[in-house]
Amino acid sequence: MNTEILLKIENLAKKFGETSALKDLSLEVSPGKIVGLIGPDGAGKTTAMRIACGLMLPDAGKVFLSGVDVQAQPRKAKNHLGYMPQRFSLYQDLTVSENIRFFADLYHVPKKERLEREERLMKFSRLSPFRKRRAGDLSGGMKQKLALSCTLIHTPEVLILDEPTTGVDPVSRQEFWAILKTLQSEGIAQLISTPYMDEALLCDRILLVHHGKVISQGTPDEVLKNYNRRLLNVLSTDAASVRNALSKKNFDEISVLRYGDSLHIVYDTDEQLQVIKSVLSKLNMEPTEIQPSIEDVFVELLSSTESRAA
Amino acid sequence: MKRIIALARKEFLHIIRDTRTLVIVFLWPLIMLFLFGYAINFELTDLPVGILDYDHSASSRELIREATSSGFIVASEYLESRDEINSGFRKGKFKAVFVIPRGYELDLLKEPVTKVQIIIDGADGATAATVDNYLKAVMARLNLKLIEEAIGKAEPPIEARIRFLFNPQLVSANFIVPGIIALVLVMICALLTSIAIAREIETGTMEQILATPILPSQIILGKVLPYLFVAAVNAAIILLVGHLVFKVPMNGSWLALAGYCTLYLLISLGLGLMVSSISKTQQVAMMMALMATLLPTLLLSGFIFPRESMPLVLQYLSYIVPATYFVEVIRGVMLIGRNYFPFEAGIMFGMAVLLLAISARMFKVRLSDD
Repeated sequence: MNTEILLKIENLAKKFGETSALKDLSLEVSPGKIVGLIGPDGAGKTTAMRIACGLMLPDAGKVFLSGVDVQAQPRKAKNHLGYMPQRFSLYQDLTVSENIRFFADLYHVPKKERLEREERLMKFSRLSPFRKRRAGDLSGGMKQKLALSCTLIHTPEVLILDEPTTGVDPVSRQEFWAILKTLQSEGIAQLISTPYMDEALLCDRILLVHHGKVISQGTPDEVLKNYNRRLLNVLSTDAASVRNALSKKNFDEISVLRYGDSLHIVYDTDEQLQVIKSVLSKLNMEPTEIQPSIEDVFVELLSSTESRAA
Repeated sequence: MKRIIALARKEFLHIIRDTRTLVIVFLWPLIMLFLFGYAINFELTDLPVGILDYDHSASSRELIREATSSGFIVASEYLESRDEINSGFRKGKFKAVFVIPRGYELDLLKEPVTKVQIIIDGADGATAATVDNYLKAVMARLNLKLIEEAIGKAEPPIEARIRFLFNPQLVSANFIVPGIIALVLVMICALLTSIAIAREIETGTMEQILATPILPSQIILGKVLPYLFVAAVNAAIILLVGHLVFKVPMNGSWLALAGYCTLYLLISLGLGLMVSSISKTQQVAMMMALMATLLPTLLLSGFIFPRESMPLVLQYLSYIVPATYFVEVIRGVMLIGRNYFPFEAGIMFGMAVLLLAISARMFKVRLSDD
């Protein structure tokens, strides 16, 4: 067993009744790496993480935390683990310090070490002035930082974070990621899930998950490179009329997707580009060629797996 | 051990900071005690009785004097006609009416049997039964006296002398305080423990705790100990108030009582844990705990209603209510001064072991699949 891999997930499968939540998920996280699980709600990210933490049993597959089999020796494995569930899971009526102390005690952290680490974590997450404040009175961003501090109090080797930045304001998100980057430099292996595509770029490796299956994986660059289709951006929200005009040209493989106040048109060949341009000029629309983002890749992969399934 | 203390300490902080619950937990039993002790009184005195005397004779007045001499009933209304009987009952002016017919005195002298009518308000069954018994006794005494007057000195063949042992004046508090302790212990233990665990599951903190290397038994102990303590303090307060304010006697040993209380607490905790392992939200846990503890304890244990007077089905049902045995034991210890209850203690011990074993097995160390 390669001990250099701190979190190893092998061929995980899980069914809830008839529906498959996970199909053959495998991944590895080395020290100092951040691996991201990217996918919409219901993709199976939370299930994968819960199994990795020993909170759920898989139907098939294995999980190793620092080389320890989570199913065979759950308590030993959990000593190496820091887990931050998706929901805010601290005690609202306890103060910041009391929450930290509670988790330190659960991990048998000696008092001296606890005080040192608390000091450091508080500075690090800039929660020092709020130590006596009840957790329920903190802002969303501060709550998440406190939750992270609680999972770090026993200096775990592996950190599993389930959508830690969901519902947090952009500034706090940035701050939170800055902390994760520091932890990365300290050699902690991190598995993180996020619905934000911009956060995907901050990971060392990403797995795009949909309906419990990995539909693409690699470094963010690789995932983008594997995507060999081309993109046009049009400033318009009228997807229907563009689709309508294009459908007359019989190009099934061209898709029109809406992004905020603009449209992305996905195509493959120069020939298609000419047709699209002529159609758009009739609609008085001016297209520009753009580089695909992770989000484009994801949405495109989703729609193509969907249509294949259909 | 450190983990258990950590959990217990945290639980204490929850209890202390949740002042509303704290007040309820400590005030509610006392309110119950005073309610049951003072307001709901099983002792009957000064029961109002209406008198409809058509005879207006010396004999009829003697009958009334005889009936009201003990202070148990008082002649509250003197009626003029039968029409006033119904309206009087409806207005709650009296619980029973004596109707003495015209010619009562004359009949008494001439006829072999003289009739007197007694009308009792049957709506309040318990009161009606007591009034019935009392008036029958009064009539028997009066009859004896009349026979004596007629044929000279007469000794009744059998004379029953009833004395109430262990609770000579039949004081309600003596009866109620032990019952309230049974109720409070089971409710605090079962209700609060199950809510405390359900709350962690509901808010997601249980997920965080289960991700740490804690043992299920440590979670259970850490959760249970603070409430055990709260319940014990509560029981002590009730006992003390019952003993000092309501003068409930303590004829047995305090130590034996503490032992039985512990046994009963363990049963209650088992119940609470079982409830929490099958309920996902605090609401469900609360409803289930109430169903499983409050009603059976209040209604079936013999705390208020004697089990002997229940329908047979309910009597059988009462055998599976832990409080049935505990109420028996605690009354025995406090009022009778009997310290050994091998049968009841055996059953309670069996219940405790069974419930705790089942609940420990049912406690989920993992999240359920939904």
